[in-house]
Amino acid sequence: MADAEATRHGPGRILIAVYGIFALAATSRAAVQIATQFSEAPIAYILSAVAAVIYCAATFALAKATVVSRKVAYVAIVVELVGVLTIGVFSYLAPEDFPDQTVWSHFGQGYFFIPVVLPVLGLLWLRRTASGTR
Amino acid sequence: MFDPLTWALVALSLAAMVFAVVLAALDRRINWWLLGLLGVVEAALLAQLVVGIVQLIGTDRDVSGPFFVGYLIGALIVLPVGALWALAESSRWGAGALAVACLVIPVLELRLHDIWVA
Repeated sequence: MADAEATRHGPGRILIAVYGIFALAATSRAAVQIATQFSEAPIAYILSAVAAVIYCAATFALAKATVVSRKVAYVAIVVELVGVLTIGVFSYLAPEDFPDQTVWSHFGQGYFFIPVVLPVLGLLWLRRTASGTR
Repeated sequence: MFDPLTWALVALSLAAMVFAVVLAALDRRINWWLLGLLGVVEAALLAQLVVGIVQLIGTDRDVSGPFFVGYLIGALIVLPVGALWALAESSRWGAGALAVACLVIPVLELRLHDIWVA
């Protein structure tokens, strides 16, 4: 059990801080978009909300740092990676379906491309801290 | 937007970030000096919230109100949570995490500025 704790210490402290910032950013963006202009681009705004849920789940799971929460974090981060890559590609291929920005549009261009780097770092960190937790 | 306050916030939060990075580099934990500086930044952010809302009500610019207020409120949350997160870590990485939180403030202030002038 003690080893799972490693997830939230050391460099993990910074990783979780960045996840927390994106959880806050994605949640507020989705809340404002859905509350004020939902009919303009429902698909994009639903995806914003999905991204927000994923970031919140990853943040809390990484911060909780138990054997079970690490598995939750792993699933959330894999979904995040698939999401940012898929939305990234589609926002270039079918820009008309993405009239407004989501966190993952154009691979997170509006967020300094951090959204495409973050899940990779997350998976590497989970792997690095994996010893003794399985 | 009241520009002097915005730029003061950018400068102060960047100074706090450098402070936190130096502490991390020296393998120190965050100290009261840094927390005091963050207190000043937080007070300025609170002033920015009031100034921003007053100006938003008074302006005839086409400013996206919900996003503007969202950034003003969101900025208030970052540093207190970041500080708690950093205090709970006994290694240098706590100061590192706080440096990341500090960097969010200038980004938010620049976004606020962009929304205002757009």
